[in-house]
Amino acid sequence: MAAATPAEYISHHIQNLTFGQHADGTWGVAHGAKEAAEMGFIALNLDTMFWSLLTGILFCYLFRVVARDASIDKPSRWQLCVEMVVEMVAGSVRDAFHGRNALIAPLALTIFVWIFLMNLMDLVPVDFIPFVSHLVGIEYMKMVPTTDVNATFGMSLSIFGLMVYYGIKVKGFGGFFGELAFHPFGKAFLPINLVLETVSMLAKPLSLSLRLFGNMFAGELVFVLIAALIPFWLQWALSVPWAIFHILVITLQAYIFMMLTIVYLGQSHESHD
Amino acid sequence: MESVVAFSALAAGIMIGLGALGAGVGIGILGSKFLEGAARQPELVPMLQARMFLMLGLTDAVPIIAIAFAALLMFANPFLGQVG
Repeated sequence: MAAATPAEYISHHIQNLTFGQHADGTWGVAHGAKEAAEMGFIALNLDTMFWSLLTGILFCYLFRVVARDASIDKPSRWQLCVEMVVEMVAGSVRDAFHGRNALIAPLALTIFVWIFLMNLMDLVPVDFIPFVSHLVGIEYMKMVPTTDVNATFGMSLSIFGLMVYYGIKVKGFGGFFGELAFHPFGKAFLPINLVLETVSMLAKPLSLSLRLFGNMFAGELVFVLIAALIPFWLQWALSVPWAIFHILVITLQAYIFMMLTIVYLGQSHESHD
Repeated sequence: MESVVAFSALAAGIMIGLGALGAGVGIGILGSKFLEGAARQPELVPMLQARMFLMLGLTDAVPIIAIAFAALLMFANPFLGQVG
């Protein structure tokens, strides 16, 4: 698939495989950014769905196999690896979460490993999988689900839902809304309190998802730019250092998402004071 | 139409530049405090390093969001469709 100009190559590589209803009423895959935008809100990004489900199933399967075959005297290497990750997550939860909830640690583990695996797809060279998928007839393929705002917002809105749910469950309706209305200033400043607290509450899922999206999108965009603008014999000179730096960014972003989830859920379990 | 494109290019440049400025100063201060703390108490370095990376990711977040929006302006400008 040879694009005529670098700009075309770049816009081709940042376009998702969007499935939805065309302007004329038929259902199908979009053939361009404009068509994808015309499909509206209910359009589905098939490549995001596929890769996020694949990495999620891989994570569940891997951890299940290790748990099932776990042995104390002769641990396999995968078991040691999984144990390291679980210990790290358990330590973080123990440090940051001061309530009693059996959901938090598995949730944190899932968030960390799943986001890490999804981000890890970014290290696969830009054209490898789109080339293969183009041979099969699929026009667009973005392998990194977390470069799609839909994926990151899906995760952060679920966390937001959990925050509100646990806030109401632990503090009661009155306690939850009381915290929104009476902090940080006293009861006299109710409207100001409400505005401040609502904005800060809404900023949490927004920043959570956009942080992950921004980091991953910028990283993928740099890879695409290197692929588009540098001749093939110079590719290694730039993409290898960026990939090495990106390994740090991938792990860091997954860790930050996990830590902030733990902290936000901890905040909804304990009172403001 | 041309002015929309011109102003979008300018906006993208300003967003990335100011974001880089903020990120650079913030992370510089963060790193210097970390080194100071590490020099005072070398036994705390692992814990301090973990917290420093956490803070680094948080400080980097908004400048990188700005870069993502600047990239959006460069490659899929939403303002173009509103003109004419």
